[in-house]
Amino acid sequence: MPNMQNTKTPIKEQDPKVRARNFKEVCEGYTAEEAINEANRCLNCKNMPCVSGCPVGVHIPEFISKVKEGDFEGAYKVITLTNGLPAVCGRVCPQENQCEGKCVRGIKGEPVGIGRLERFCADYMVDKTADVQKPQSNGIKVAVIGSGPSGLTCAADLAKLGYEVTIFEAFHTAGGVLMYGIPEFRLPKATVQREINNLKKLGVEIKTDMVIGKTLSVDEIMGMGYKAVFIGTGAGLPNFMGIPGEGLVGVFSANEYLTRINLMKAYMADYDTPVKKFNSIAVVGGGNVAMDAARCAMRLGAEHVYVIYRRSEAEMPARREEVHHAKEEGIEFVYLTNPTEIIGDENGHVSGIKCIKMALGEAGADGRRSVTAIPDSEYVIPIDACIMSIGTSPNPLIRSTTPGLDTNRKGCLIVNEDMLTTKEGVYAGGDAVTGAATVILAMGAGKTAAKAIDEYIKSL
Amino acid sequence: MYKILKKRELNSQVTLMELDAPLIAKKAQAGQFIIFRTDEMGERVPLTIADYDRDKGTITIIFQKVGKSTMQLGLMEEGDSILDVVGPLGVPTHFGEGIKRAAVIGGGVGCAIAYPQAKALHNMGVDVDVIAGFRSKDIVILEDEMRAVASNLYITTDDGTYGTKGFVTNKLQELIDGGANYDVVIAIGPVPMMKFVCAVTKPYNIKTIVSLNPIMIDGTGMCGGCRVTVGGKVKYACVDGPDFDGFEVDFDELMRRNSAYRDDEAESKNHICRLTGGVRHA
Repeated sequence: MPNMQNTKTPIKEQDPKVRARNFKEVCEGYTAEEAINEANRCLNCKNMPCVSGCPVGVHIPEFISKVKEGDFEGAYKVITLTNGLPAVCGRVCPQENQCEGKCVRGIKGEPVGIGRLERFCADYMVDKTADVQKPQSNGIKVAVIGSGPSGLTCAADLAKLGYEVTIFEAFHTAGGVLMYGIPEFRLPKATVQREINNLKKLGVEIKTDMVIGKTLSVDEIMGMGYKAVFIGTGAGLPNFMGIPGEGLVGVFSANEYLTRINLMKAYMADYDTPVKKFNSIAVVGGGNVAMDAARCAMRLGAEHVYVIYRRSEAEMPARREEVHHAKEEGIEFVYLTNPTEIIGDENGHVSGIKCIKMALGEAGADGRRSVTAIPDSEYVIPIDACIMSIGTSPNPLIRSTTPGLDTNRKGCLIVNEDMLTTKEGVYAGGDAVTGAATVILAMGAGKTAAKAIDEYIKSL
Repeated sequence: MYKILKKRELNSQVTLMELDAPLIAKKAQAGQFIIFRTDEMGERVPLTIADYDRDKGTITIIFQKVGKSTMQLGLMEEGDSILDVVGPLGVPTHFGEGIKRAAVIGGGVGCAIAYPQAKALHNMGVDVDVIAGFRSKDIVILEDEMRAVASNLYITTDDGTYGTKGFVTNKLQELIDGGANYDVVIAIGPVPMMKFVCAVTKPYNIKTIVSLNPIMIDGTGMCGGCRVTVGGKVKYACVDGPDFDGFEVDFDELMRRNSAYRDDEAESKNHICRLTGGVRHA
C-alpha cells in the first residue's frame, strides 16, 4: 500500500540565518528512512509520465522501487544506466518543469520528490565504490569539446559504447558551469568531481588547458584521427547592458564574479584569487545565475543585496525554490525596475545605480509580457558594486576558426534533429546550440548526439 | 603540467623561463599571451609569449616579480613544472600593410613584449628603431636581443645611469623631430607610458599600437574582467586584443580598473614574504 501523504517528505535544510553566511550546502538531503518514506509515495504507474518528462529518460519508477526495498545501490545502478551525473541532476534540475511536473501525485498534492531521491541514491554511493567497468574498446576515437553537462554526458554515453573518448577543456578543471557557475552551496564541487572521476573510470580522457580555436582547431582535431567531434562549448560570453558606467571599478559580469568564487575559490583564504567584500550590491537580472550571484554576495558579508529585475516576480525565470531560498537569506528584490546608469565616485568606483520604474504590458508573440519605462520615475539606489546577470551568448572562438560551421544570428550553432552541424562528422549540443538553458537539457542533447554519432560512425 | 626547461634571471626582479609547451609553441605569434597557474591554489595570471621555438616545442616567458603569484613562479626552478599553461591567447599583432619604418617602444619589463614585436617586424624586412626605457641601469634587460633585431637601439634611463637620461617619450619626440618617418609606433609598458607615447604621436597622426594589460581571469572571453573601452566601445582585451589602436583607448579607465585589487595584492604579497618566504606550505 503506497504512502498516501499529500506532501513531500520534508528535507533538512540549513537555517537561513546561518547558511546566508557560509558556503556549505543549503539542503542536507534525506536520511535512509526519509528516502524510503518518500519512495513509498510513488504509485509505480504503468505509463510512467515522469519518465517522459526527463530529458535523459531515467527509469524513474524502477529506481524508486529499489529505494522502497532499501536497495540504494541497486537504485543507483538503474539511474546511471541513463544518467551519468545523478548527484548533479538531483540537485540542480528544475524538476517542477520536468519529471516531477508530470508526476500523477502532483495532481492532488505534491509530486513525488524524484530529484531528492535521485540525489539521495547518488550521495549514498559517495563512500562506496560503484563497480564502474571500463567497456571493451572498439578502437575508434571521438573528440568532445567542452566538459560541461552536454560534453560529459555525450562522452559517457560514447565511452559506454566502446569509443575512445577525449574531452578537450579550456579551463584547468573539467565541469563547465557545474564548476565555475553553480555555487558550492547548491552543488558541492567535490560531488561534481566525483561524478567526473566516474567518467574517467569508463576510460574517458580529459585534456584541460585546451582552448579549441586557439591551442588546436576543430580541423586539426579531426586530422588527429578522431572520427567525429561533439561541440559542447556552452554559452559563456557574458552580456552587458551597454549603459553608462559599466567600466567603473566594482561592476562585474556574473560569470566573472561566480568564476572567482566557485572555480578559483576566492572565498577561501588559502587560495590566491581575490574577491572583494562589498556592503551593498545590486544584481541585475532575474535568472538562476542572478540568484547564485546574489546569494554568493550575501555569503561574502554584504549588508544589502538587491536583485533588480525589470519584470515582476511572476515573470522571473529563476526557479521558485531558488527565489524562496534567496528571500529566506535576506536578499532584497526590486521588481519592475531597470538600471539606466551606474554612478561612480571621484575614484571611478561604483557608488550608486540609477534605475527607472517599469510598467508591464500585454504578452507578446513569444508569450512574455512587454515592459515599458515609466517617464520621470528615475531614482538612485546607493551601492558599491554591481553584478550584471542579464544572460550570456555562445563564444565565437570555435565558429570563427572552423570553416563550414554555420550559426544563426545569435551565434548559436545550427544543428539538425540528430544534433549534426553543417560540417560532416561534427555534432553539437547544449547551450552552444540553444543559447543559455538548463543543465539537464544540455545533458539530453549530449545523449541524443552520442546516439547519432554512434550511428554515423557505424554507417562509415 | 608544463616543465621549466630553462631559467635565467635577467635582473634582480625579472626572470626568463623557457617552458615545454609544444602545442602552444606550434601556434604562437607575436602579440599573443598565455595564462599560467602555478599550483592548485594559485590564481590565473596572463603573461605575454616573449619568444617561441616551434622545432623544440618551447615558449619563453619573461616576468617581473611584482606580487605573490609572480614571486611564487620565480621560486620555481629548472626541472619543476607549472600546473597550468593555456594558450596561445589573444589576437596576433596586425602591424598593417606597407610598413617601411617602425618604432617599437618598451618600458621596463614591457621590453619582454616589445622584443618579439621588434623581431617580427625585423623579420618582415622593416627598419625598426627600438626605444627601451628603464628606471636605472641595474634593471636593463634584453639589450643584446633587442640590438640584434633593431636598426637603432636607444636605451633611456630615468636617472641617467645608462644610455640617455629621460623617458622613452623624450627620445621618441627627439627622433620624430629629427625627421624619422615612422609608419607605425608600437608601445608596450606601464599604462601611463603607453598613454604618454600616444600623446606624442597623436599630433603627427602616426598609427600607434598599444598592448593592454588589464586584469584577466579566464583569458578566453567568458568573464569580461578584462574589458576596456576602445573608441567608445567595450572590448575584451583577451579575445579582441590585447593590441589596440592607442588613440582610441580610454587609458584612465584602464588605470582605475587595474588598481581595483591593489590592497588585496599588497596584503598577499606581504603575507607570503613575511610568513613563508614564498613557499605555500611552509
